[in-house]
Amino acid sequence: MAALPPYAGPAGIAWHYGFRVFCGFVLLFLILPILVIIPLSFNAEPYFTYSKAMITLQPEAYSWRWYMDIMKNGMAAPNANMWSWTWLSDSWNNAQWIHATKNSFIIAIFSTLIATALGTLAALGLTRAHMPFRKLIMALLISPMIVPLIISAAGMFFFYSSIGLSQTFPGIILAHAALGTPFVVITVTATLAGFDSNLIRASASLGASPPRTFFKVIVPLISPGVISGGLFAFVTSFDEVVVVLFLTGFEQRTVTRQMWAGVREQISPTILAVATLLVLVSILLLTTLELLRRRNERMRGMSAQ
Amino acid sequence: MAEASAPAGSAKTTYQRIVDGGSLKAQLRRANRRQRLSALAMTGPLLLFLLASFLIPIGVMLFRSVDDPLVGEALPRTVEALADWDRADLPDEAAYAALVEDLLALRDGGADGRAMIGRVATRLNFEDAGVRSTVTSTARKADAMEAPYKAALIEADEAWGDRGIWATIQRLGPDFTAVHFLASVDLRYTVDGEIAPQPQERQVYVSIWMRTLMISLTVTLACVALGYPVAYLLATLPMRTSNLLMVLVLLPFWTSLLVRTTSWIVVLGQNGVLLEFLAFLHLVDDVDRPRLIYNMTGSIVAMTHILLPFMILPLYSVMRGISPSYMRAAQNLGAPPATAFIKVYLPQTVPGLGAGCVLVFILAIGYYITPALVGGESGTMISNFIAHHMQRSLNWGFAAALGTLLLVGVMALYWVYDRIVGINNVKLG
Amino acid sequence: MKKTILKSTIGAAFGVASIGLLASAAVGKDLTVVSWGGAYTKSQVKAYHEPYTAQTGTVIRSEDYNGGLAEVKAQVEAGNVTWDLVDVELSDAVRGCDEGLLEPIDKSILPPAPDGTPAEADFLKGTLHECAVATIVWTTIYAYDTTKFSGEQPSTIADLFDTEKFPGKRGLRKNPKTNLEFALMADGVPAADVYEVLSTPEGVDRAFAKLSTIKNDVIWWEAGSQPPQMLADGEVVMATAYNGRVFDAIATEKKPFEIVWDGQVWDLDLWVIPKGAPNKDAALDFIVYSTDTQRLADQAAWISYGPARASSVSMIGKHAEAGIEMGPHMPTAPENFKNAVQNDFEFWADHQDELNERFNAWLAQ
Repeated sequence: MAALPPYAGPAGIAWHYGFRVFCGFVLLFLILPILVIIPLSFNAEPYFTYSKAMITLQPEAYSWRWYMDIMKNGMAAPNANMWSWTWLSDSWNNAQWIHATKNSFIIAIFSTLIATALGTLAALGLTRAHMPFRKLIMALLISPMIVPLIISAAGMFFFYSSIGLSQTFPGIILAHAALGTPFVVITVTATLAGFDSNLIRASASLGASPPRTFFKVIVPLISPGVISGGLFAFVTSFDEVVVVLFLTGFEQRTVTRQMWAGVREQISPTILAVATLLVLVSILLLTTLELLRRRNERMRGMSAQ
Repeated sequence: MAEASAPAGSAKTTYQRIVDGGSLKAQLRRANRRQRLSALAMTGPLLLFLLASFLIPIGVMLFRSVDDPLVGEALPRTVEALADWDRADLPDEAAYAALVEDLLALRDGGADGRAMIGRVATRLNFEDAGVRSTVTSTARKADAMEAPYKAALIEADEAWGDRGIWATIQRLGPDFTAVHFLASVDLRYTVDGEIAPQPQERQVYVSIWMRTLMISLTVTLACVALGYPVAYLLATLPMRTSNLLMVLVLLPFWTSLLVRTTSWIVVLGQNGVLLEFLAFLHLVDDVDRPRLIYNMTGSIVAMTHILLPFMILPLYSVMRGISPSYMRAAQNLGAPPATAFIKVYLPQTVPGLGAGCVLVFILAIGYYITPALVGGESGTMISNFIAHHMQRSLNWGFAAALGTLLLVGVMALYWVYDRIVGINNVKLG
Repeated sequence: MKKTILKSTIGAAFGVASIGLLASAAVGKDLTVVSWGGAYTKSQVKAYHEPYTAQTGTVIRSEDYNGGLAEVKAQVEAGNVTWDLVDVELSDAVRGCDEGLLEPIDKSILPPAPDGTPAEADFLKGTLHECAVATIVWTTIYAYDTTKFSGEQPSTIADLFDTEKFPGKRGLRKNPKTNLEFALMADGVPAADVYEVLSTPEGVDRAFAKLSTIKNDVIWWEAGSQPPQMLADGEVVMATAYNGRVFDAIATEKKPFEIVWDGQVWDLDLWVIPKGAPNKDAALDFIVYSTDTQRLADQAAWISYGPARASSVSMIGKHAEAGIEMGPHMPTAPENFKNAVQNDFEFWADHQDELNERFNAWLAQ
């Protein structure tokens, strides 16, 4: 279907290439906005258009200043010796963006751990034979993914406020864990769906006790699914902004919260620099997932070709 | 069956347990029950966690949309005195006396009591604008009042001589109220207790619901128009090329929502990349450039971009599973390519199409961030109004009512999705 | 091998995260002061926060917000108050106090003027309330870009609504406050009668009708820092703004803007303490310090907002960085004050919900 058949007439040829051109535009539409901001983050001027100097690739039109601003904004003594120990620790302690990044990672790591642990356990339970109310429970466990974020945020805001969890780290961690578990449940159940239960019987017949079977046989085989679910949960927490808007105070400010404030008031190119860094993080995650997927397929005896 | 009797006190072997365990049926039942219990025990922790941190909060929010005990708590005697009032004329002296008594009780109730006066004044003001200062100023003058209270109150503020404020107190007296739900569809109670539309200049929510649905529908259709061809191309190309091109779909999918929306602000702005480029090519007038952002266009374009991968991925996975021999067979039997496509290929992709459409639609109607950042005034959706009432006007009951309606809508669509795809078949990537 | 790598990665992540969490949980005896951001917060930092920290050693953490009682209400109702001191508009101060969201402030702690006048007499009329102490008189005006108009320049409030004589986009605050007053004055209502007219349904209709005449040419702003930015970017030719922000753009950034004082709607900003604030005593101490005669005059050296004390007015000098005389740029300076309206907080406390609803409906149509 993909190659142009030799019997195609002029209409067929036109359609074939026209179709490809159209698809090309759509793929460009998908990727271009993200790629466009990357060079802009190196713009030496605080504007959002490509200056003539940038297009002609003159080196003085590009600079690292916005990336430096990420490290400097909020520092007590930004003009001290750059890269000295005091400068670095000043940046680490006081720079707004660094503070926000720290918070993002802390919240994401903890909520991922909770989500992965609970989600994997639940997925193991769900795929057991004779699980009662399977469909209903599955629907409930996936609901955080379906319910519009604004409603989750509103509900959590009212409830957590009344029990004193609003504007605290545990509060936002629990909230993000709740939002991340559906992903873990889905990926682990998908992995378990292809799980050959004969392996368990084989292990039992060779004399392994159930816990030993679990740790030595089941865990290694489902670990790609668990890890990819964990990555989904991590990304969900790291990129999340609506719940963070309602549930966090100044101390728990995340990168996304900071970006939101910046975009609403006045976009400075620092935001574009942060956005570029986040795109890099996405590329990393994508690569990791792809590698995991290949490993998974290899383990199951399928090839990628 | 041999009877194995173990000496008292020693452990039974597995064989002995099997033999001793009774009939096969009973043993099977017991084994199944154990499996069920262990399955439940494993899903239990997550269920409880979600119950506490997610489901109950949402339930509490739903409750808030009807729960309204403030007026009943603050003005109990007044509410009771108004219980039999028929609203045809002003209430009788007893109601006025009860009101003065309630206000005095609140004033003598310390700081909390006085705060109650402010809060009930604000609450009544939501329904009947302007009564806030009536209530607070009357409360201040309350201890100087003597019977007959009716005359005294009307002299203090002429609003007490109007049925409106009394009707509001009577209506908000019970613990539960439907006013928020009525307001969320631009209806209200008249003084006489009937349901009527809001005044013309305050009607906005019905049009916002319509606009939300319309934007979501437009985005869904755009995603189908753009996504179906791309999914088809990716599914029919050889694996290698397809995987390479897939990166162009997956990278946006994995990029943060905020980053993508920000990049659209940069691209579509008045002095942004696209318009500068078009002005440079003299395709648009340089001085009077079209507004591409901070309006509905901006919302639709950005949302299409963000939701397109959600359409492409399910379609792709369904299309991958369609064998090319169907199309070949159809053309072999004499169908022109177009007919073969419509009659043979398209019907097979309907599950993927349905899944993608419903998924994109569900996600679109709940969107908040993108319309807030690039929607301007004409591109905002219902979520933005929910947020407004939570953060700005502090009318939390009303925000909860809007949220409840949205949730009910989404649940209905989710049920549709389940019928088409099945919850157990949701896959990621 | 792979499992050990995996295990140690997870362990390390957990360890790092825990340390980070514990470190962030450590809270010092800081004072959290919340204000409107931008040039205004900067003026407070220079005139109040930095000298206060130098004198007492208390570290002050400055947060920004865009007004309204929502966050205060959420914090107080949750019993988890993190804000110690908030800078609010008058209608919010009154409403918050009525609803029990704010701590009452005993006026006797306020310092007298240098000549011995007690604080209650020195503060301008209407600037001291049960739960709030005013710091500044500020006003909403509109400013225009002088380079955009070659012949006649805008000079009255009616010119804001005159797109024929002065074509181009306008920036307006996304809130009915001040917009309705401007609309009525532009439609011919004298400043003294504005709220009387606005209290009638016909008056509100009239205001919205006038706003509708320019609706298509309006770009709406929410944060105080936006209007000067919009003027500088060329997105609008005229914009309503808080006068101090425009002055800052003119004085420090040398922008070609001009303020039109005709029809200004002036208001107060006050310090309030949310009920149950963790550092209430430090907050009260800070209020005493920052509402001192000298301090209020110091703030006037950074931004063109008038001090709330009579004794500070004579001490107003030059801008701290640009060296411009601040006196003529104050909202209360006689030439600027000719056609001014005081924001009626009682009216807005009563009607803001209803008018907000109507404004949102009007915007969405």
